[in-house]
Amino acid sequence: MHELSIVMGILEIAQQYAKEAEAKKIDEIELDIGVLSTVEMNAFDFAWNQGVKNTLLDGAVRKVNRITGKALCMDCDTAFDIANVFDPCPSCASHLIAITQGKELKVKSLIVT
Amino acid sequence: MCVTCGCDTDHNDKKLINVERDILHENNLMAQRNRGYFDAKNIFALNLVSSPGSGKTTLLERTLTDLKDELRFAVIEGDQQTANDADRIHATGTKVAQINTGKGCHLDADMIFHTIPGMKLEENSILFIENVGNLVCPAMFDLGEQDRVVVMSVTEGDDKPLKYPDMYSSANICVINKIDLLPYVKFDMDAVKANAKKTNPNLEIIELSCTSGEGMETWYNWLKSKVPANESELSHTN
Repeated sequence: MHELSIVMGILEIAQQYAKEAEAKKIDEIELDIGVLSTVEMNAFDFAWNQGVKNTLLDGAVRKVNRITGKALCMDCDTAFDIANVFDPCPSCASHLIAITQGKELKVKSLIVT
Repeated sequence: MCVTCGCDTDHNDKKLINVERDILHENNLMAQRNRGYFDAKNIFALNLVSSPGSGKTTLLERTLTDLKDELRFAVIEGDQQTANDADRIHATGTKVAQINTGKGCHLDADMIFHTIPGMKLEENSILFIENVGNLVCPAMFDLGEQDRVVVMSVTEGDDKPLKYPDMYSSANICVINKIDLLPYVKFDMDAVKANAKKTNPNLEIIELSCTSGEGMETWYNWLKSKVPANESELSHTN
């Protein structure tokens, strides 16, 4: 259940930026969460509902960009889509791959009032 | 920037803030501070992760006892509750601190940061950080360690690396423990190695048994290779 730690991390960042902008309310928050980032979305939703209660994020619209996984084969240079970190290269079956996309875990933007 | 029309004023009182901040940023910063501290004191810090019961504490007990005349050690124990593990380490005569995470499922860099000042760690030593027994959550949290050791035992399924790929792909070393039990359990050593290498082709694998002592020498040599190497690097830079 590390998702609660993730939610608390988001809350901390959002509150810090909202305070700097002297905002009274956060209307919307945009997040990048890659499919390989080890965040389980059901657990995340549950943690979110508990974690943002009575905070500036309570009631904010949450926009989540689920970034798909991509990798580059280190042996034959093929770029391909992956769903799991142990997926082999589709051209040469090598496991020596570099994940180029899908591990994102970040607060992209806020809309505040 | 105004959200309504993109002008430079705060039209409608709504404002867009471009944050672009990694959610684990705070933890990663703290981990780098820890790493800097360890580097400065030439402390080789290891983060030991595994599922509960794979034998992390037993591996440490045996290592600390066998190598106490050759290397200097300290241990941080992470558990939800109790100081049982710290008591076991303390009995070997090694400096130890216990972190209880309460309801938490992993150690984070901040916990380590607040624990190390009180430990008065020695230079040129090895620090074992035994994480909470959990193959999921600790994978995400860098503690500032130099290497991450994932411990598994032959009583677990040989598909474990595929079930918990994030942990295996983030580790540098995999210790397969309890090999003295191999005759009694259905465990395919070749399959587990192949599965581990699928998640992480660079993973080094050490097979051993803390009970029979088989394979411990390989583990000890690996540990010893880490500390003198750092020392020679230091003398180069000085």
